[in-house]
Amino acid sequence: MSQNGHVETGTSRVKRGLAEMLKGGVIMDVVTPDQAEIAQEAGAVAVMALERVPADIRAQGGVARMSDPKLVKAIMGAVSIPVMAKCRIGHFVEAQILEALGIDYIDESEVLTPADEENHVDKWQFKVPFVCGARNLGEALRRIAEGAAMIRTKGEAGTGDVVEAVRHMRAVSQGIRRLQSLREDELASAAKELGASLELVREVSHQGKLPVVNFSAGGIATPADAALMMQLGCDGNFVGSGIFKSGDPLRRAKAIVQATTYFDKPEILAEVSEDLGEPMVGISTSSLRPEELLAVRGI
Amino acid sequence: MTKATVGVLALQGDFREHAAILEECGARVVRVRLPEDLDGLQGLVVPGGESTTMSKLLTSSVLVEPLLEAIEHGLACLTTCAGTILAAREIRDGIPDQVSLDILDIVVRRNAYGRQLQSAEVSLEIPAVGTAPVPVAFIRAPSIEEVGAGVEVLASYQEQAAAVRQGAHIGLTFHPELTGDTRLHRLFLSAL
Repeated sequence: MSQNGHVETGTSRVKRGLAEMLKGGVIMDVVTPDQAEIAQEAGAVAVMALERVPADIRAQGGVARMSDPKLVKAIMGAVSIPVMAKCRIGHFVEAQILEALGIDYIDESEVLTPADEENHVDKWQFKVPFVCGARNLGEALRRIAEGAAMIRTKGEAGTGDVVEAVRHMRAVSQGIRRLQSLREDELASAAKELGASLELVREVSHQGKLPVVNFSAGGIATPADAALMMQLGCDGNFVGSGIFKSGDPLRRAKAIVQATTYFDKPEILAEVSEDLGEPMVGISTSSLRPEELLAVRGI
Repeated sequence: MTKATVGVLALQGDFREHAAILEECGARVVRVRLPEDLDGLQGLVVPGGESTTMSKLLTSSVLVEPLLEAIEHGLACLTTCAGTILAAREIRDGIPDQVSLDILDIVVRRNAYGRQLQSAEVSLEIPAVGTAPVPVAFIRAPSIEEVGAGVEVLASYQEQAAAVRQGAHIGLTFHPELTGDTRLHRLFLSAL
């Protein structure tokens, strides 16, 4: 066989490409290797390795940081599906450490306590791909301009209340539809308004979609929530506290995986939603004080 | 020539990208998630995605038996990455009970090149589709460690088979669908 030409790692295409492979799937938060195995057994496309799920971060307070590398490594060793981990917004050294561990994806996450209130990590400097949260199109495009290879709605993590995830997914979709309706000579003004680069605004206006995969996150707790987000146009779901804070994690996780695949088949959704045990208790986001909201971090 | 009707297994993964390329090549595309979706197909693309997830969903959707039956009756498969893992006779470094459809007489190893940091864009020499190299992406890719006697190797990467053909079936360990090169899809469609 003849010699193959050019081989290049860490390109935008392979960073965005892994996210393409996760589409239609569920990424689950896990805090132990055992939970990671349960997630894999349930059919998760990837796991997010962390020390505390968002519901516990919310309840216990304090500064939430990157997880202990020992835990991250143990989870990477326990499963053969991709493993993601979170770094604090703007904490590029936590990101360097996670990359050194060989993690598959970094979530620069508002769930952890931000390390920088002005700047996000310059994600172009890394070979490992990043996913970032967004509440609307402008935020999504700012993160993509910084090098994010995947976007997720922020929702309101650790609440089990899907309302913010819905708001953010609708806001992104509406933002895209609006750009599609604009004339070419109106895009510069739209870019200014969105706080986004004109180049990306043009791309979205012409393609009618984000240039990267867009998952939903932040409050998804039931199969119906997962299917709702899919019907609203997301590419897949992150489920954080919703699984391992429920009564029967394996059963619920399997049901959420099925609901993400068969999101538009109500008969199947009815079947998989049956008898799942107790869902996570949840907190209504409308009862949170402004300083308790995570989604406003790193906009 | 009448339009070929080709299914794309749409349980999880990048099935949209395959559907777009197949449509560009003039095929009629059906998304397959349930046994009844297999009716009337001449070809089936098993896309990239997470092979363990697709394996679980194949089992829970009761698709394995009808799929194997359709293949016995002449359904040809184009498989990429995770799809090729599912299609293999034997899977190394798989999970317990991982579905092995045994469509291709090959032995694959999951994540053979390492984790995401080893994922790469490659210009791959594939003489069966022409002299110009095909731009493809290997993403947490499997390798094909053994091929049976009836399997033709179409391309290799790092000294292991990366594209194989067995009858009308084609198995790829990489993603041509991410780079927009349509030649491998056309090769598949031409044999239907």
